[in-house]
Amino acid sequence: MNAPIRRLSAVVALLFMTLLVSSTWIQFVQAKELQERPDNRRTLLATYARERGQILVDGTPVARSVPSNDELKWLRTYPQGELYSHVTGYYSFIYGPGGGLESAENALLSGQSDKLFYRRVSDMLTGHKQAGASLELTIDPKAQAAASQAMQGQRGAVVALDPTTGAILAMVSNPGYDPEVLTSHDSKKVEKAWNSLNSDPTRPLVNRAIGGNLYPPGSVFKIVTAAEALASGKYTEESVLPGPATLDLPQTSADLPNSNGLPCGPDNKVTLKRALEISCNTAFGWLGMELGAEAFQAQSAKFGIGDSLQIPMRVTPSSVPKQLNDPQLAQSAIGQYDVRVTPLQVAMISAAVANNGVVMSPYLVESVLSADLDTIDEAEPSQMSQAVDAEQASALTRMMEAVVETGTGKAAQIDGVSVAGKTGTAQHAVGKPPHAWFTGFAPADDPQVAVAVVVEDGGNAGSEAAGGRVAAPIAKAVMEAVIGR
Amino acid sequence: MTTVSSLPPRQGRNVELSLLLLAVGIVVIAYLNVGLATQGSFPPGLLAHGTGLLVISLAFHMLLRWKASFADPLLLPIVTLLNGLGLVMIHRLDIAKGNDIAEGLALKQLTWSALAVAIAAGVLVALRDHRALRRYTFTAAAVGFGLLILPLVPGLGRQVYGSRIWIGLGPFSFQPGEIAKIALAVFFAGYLVQTRDVLSLAGRKVLGLTLPRARDLGPILVAWAASLGVLIFEKDLGSSLLFFGLFVAMLYVATERRSWIAIGLILFSGGAYLAFLLFGHVQQRVMLWLDTFSPAALAISDQLARGLMGMANGGLLGTGLGRGRPDLTYFAESDFIIPSFGEEIGLFGLFGLLMLYVLLVERGMRTALGVRDGFGKLLAAGLSFSLALQCFVVVGGVTRVIPLTGLTMPFLSYGGSSLLANWSLVALLLRISDHARRPLPEAGAEPDRGGQATEVVRVR
Repeated sequence: MNAPIRRLSAVVALLFMTLLVSSTWIQFVQAKELQERPDNRRTLLATYARERGQILVDGTPVARSVPSNDELKWLRTYPQGELYSHVTGYYSFIYGPGGGLESAENALLSGQSDKLFYRRVSDMLTGHKQAGASLELTIDPKAQAAASQAMQGQRGAVVALDPTTGAILAMVSNPGYDPEVLTSHDSKKVEKAWNSLNSDPTRPLVNRAIGGNLYPPGSVFKIVTAAEALASGKYTEESVLPGPATLDLPQTSADLPNSNGLPCGPDNKVTLKRALEISCNTAFGWLGMELGAEAFQAQSAKFGIGDSLQIPMRVTPSSVPKQLNDPQLAQSAIGQYDVRVTPLQVAMISAAVANNGVVMSPYLVESVLSADLDTIDEAEPSQMSQAVDAEQASALTRMMEAVVETGTGKAAQIDGVSVAGKTGTAQHAVGKPPHAWFTGFAPADDPQVAVAVVVEDGGNAGSEAAGGRVAAPIAKAVMEAVIGR
Repeated sequence: MTTVSSLPPRQGRNVELSLLLLAVGIVVIAYLNVGLATQGSFPPGLLAHGTGLLVISLAFHMLLRWKASFADPLLLPIVTLLNGLGLVMIHRLDIAKGNDIAEGLALKQLTWSALAVAIAAGVLVALRDHRALRRYTFTAAAVGFGLLILPLVPGLGRQVYGSRIWIGLGPFSFQPGEIAKIALAVFFAGYLVQTRDVLSLAGRKVLGLTLPRARDLGPILVAWAASLGVLIFEKDLGSSLLFFGLFVAMLYVATERRSWIAIGLILFSGGAYLAFLLFGHVQQRVMLWLDTFSPAALAISDQLARGLMGMANGGLLGTGLGRGRPDLTYFAESDFIIPSFGEEIGLFGLFGLLMLYVLLVERGMRTALGVRDGFGKLLAAGLSFSLALQCFVVVGGVTRVIPLTGLTMPFLSYGGSSLLANWSLVALLLRISDHARRPLPEAGAEPDRGGQATEVVRVR
């Protein structure tokens, strides 16, 4: 019987060999994948065990972790509540990091980023307490507060940029939410808040400034068409264009009318400058068809439309249609048809005009700080593209100044400061009030802030809404906050 | 006449003593480790518990010196180490759950361990020759099968997480399958040593395999039906695999015929497949096994998923004893004690643990090779193989080699029945190995025994 016993021993060896392989598979080959699973509670508890970095605005925390006496050790708090909800996002122990920087810069905040490797090693060697990195933001707290207050009770978004750097000075999306309801350690409460936020028809979790359902830009897009006209070399701000009460569109029975039903000037003629000033649909529709689809698409791309941006949150790319026949082109040239933009993109268009035609990459994080507030990393402004040349930019600036001085954007005027801007009133659904837009920058001769405002469905003004009436005062409030008036 | 080299027979008791001290030392260090990691201080009971373990194992060692002085010197240190490490892990999980030492599971397990060692000692004292067991072949059969169907008795059996392999008597619960394992090994050994000639000689050759005659298929069909019964009525693939695998392995050892293995594998896979087609609970187990992380599987049970995440958390080197979170897995101290170890002592530590089992089983196999009577060979091989198979079923279940079952890891897992049965099993192995290694009395004095075929049987 000895031979089969020896063979049976070999079978035993084989059985255990299988077990060695299977455990190696789990603990070595698959380990990383298993640890990174979102439902891995061990990983979650491990990240909670380390103090998460703060999110700072002008040195004051808008998100910070405070010690708690339960299993999770740290509780995430947001001292400013709703005001920064779309900037910070939330850090929930059930739903993970989400919404804003908490998610986009999770690796830095949690201290697990590869950028922090050497610091982690030195912390370990010196016995320093391990902690995540903190983020100092580009946000101007006064501008943020002004934007939030001006938007009160209306759905929409405000974005303010420093045109020379691309730094984001304000980013408000209304409605917001209180992130602390999602970061509480009471899982029942968190689940309830989560469900009600998700089922809310006004979608408070969506950051309208950079994502969500994109908006039609309406007349603010006429800046792009005007830039396209100047860049073609065939037109100057004083060029005379046809500006009838309605523009007959080829290949279709539809017409393109002016919103007030009147011609834009005597003899149905109007200059390019005046056409922008009074937001003349027929002149810009005609201009769009004259210049052609390719030029329109190319100019849009130069302003950054179609690019994927990370600020570091992902920005939904704005878009103009790829296929355009003449009537569609005329509609697109005034920001209707299928042109879709984010408020951030619209702010970038104004910022480019303000910055001699140069589009700067927008960014939200000024610097990354270690737990003891040493600077680890600092943002460097970078150029994205050249939308127009400096001369065309100053022509556009003059035209946009006229909009605020004598045109549709008078509500954005600031005493003693020249403001450049453009209003928009975007039709988006039959029977619903239009979205009200305003974008611009100030001071026009030394730009410090570029801003874009959208108020959904006309806001409090409803069907009476127009960009000049509803959105321009909000933009004014934000610009005033930045330039200190 | 051949010259017999006259190496003095080695008892190995001193080797055993030093390995035993090493084993106790490792357990004490592990215990200290847990105390330092979880409470930041020396565990207050360190001295008392360490001494307790040392006294118990030394007492057993002294008993071996007295009653089985030629027993294999590796068996006792290995099971002491495994039992001790299991205690440390159970104690560590008590701490994580906030249980006081007086009310925790570790103390109960320690009590069971002491009882198990006492019973094992009793077995060694009472059973002076393992061949005596052969007289009880059919008693063992009755006991074994009786224990196997005990959980099906209404009012006595308990369904625990789908499997019906427990019985409850008042506050006590018991897995009778553990004891049945030993009784059945005794029965199979006694039965097969009688019938092996018939089962191994008759038959004809097909495709290189000598197939048995149809009428000789009876025993394997009975065993197959019994194991299918366990699978279907007790809903436990592990026990079913364990008993049938044990029988087929012993049948193979007895007959030296590979065809039995082929027949066994075909019967078992056929039966398992049939059960899969017919029974919802088997399909559920299979889905949990193959698709552990699918939402459908997680909705039924995330136990296996949690165990896997725990093992992944351990990685190669482990978190260190007391520094992981094995308490996040359900049954971390019994069915899932292997993931608990995997998390805290890492892949390398787990390899070490598995190697201890390999060593234990292969020492048992070595005993089977060395012992001179057929019954002893079969019994030692069977008992050792049952240990190996049980480890495979448990570790294979938690590492997704096979579907998860409700068996416990011998010596490591929390559970009284498991400890009692496995310590007794080791006592039997020690007894047989004592026979295997003991020199033949007066062998040199015999002039010529007529070749190797003659064996001197010691009477009394």
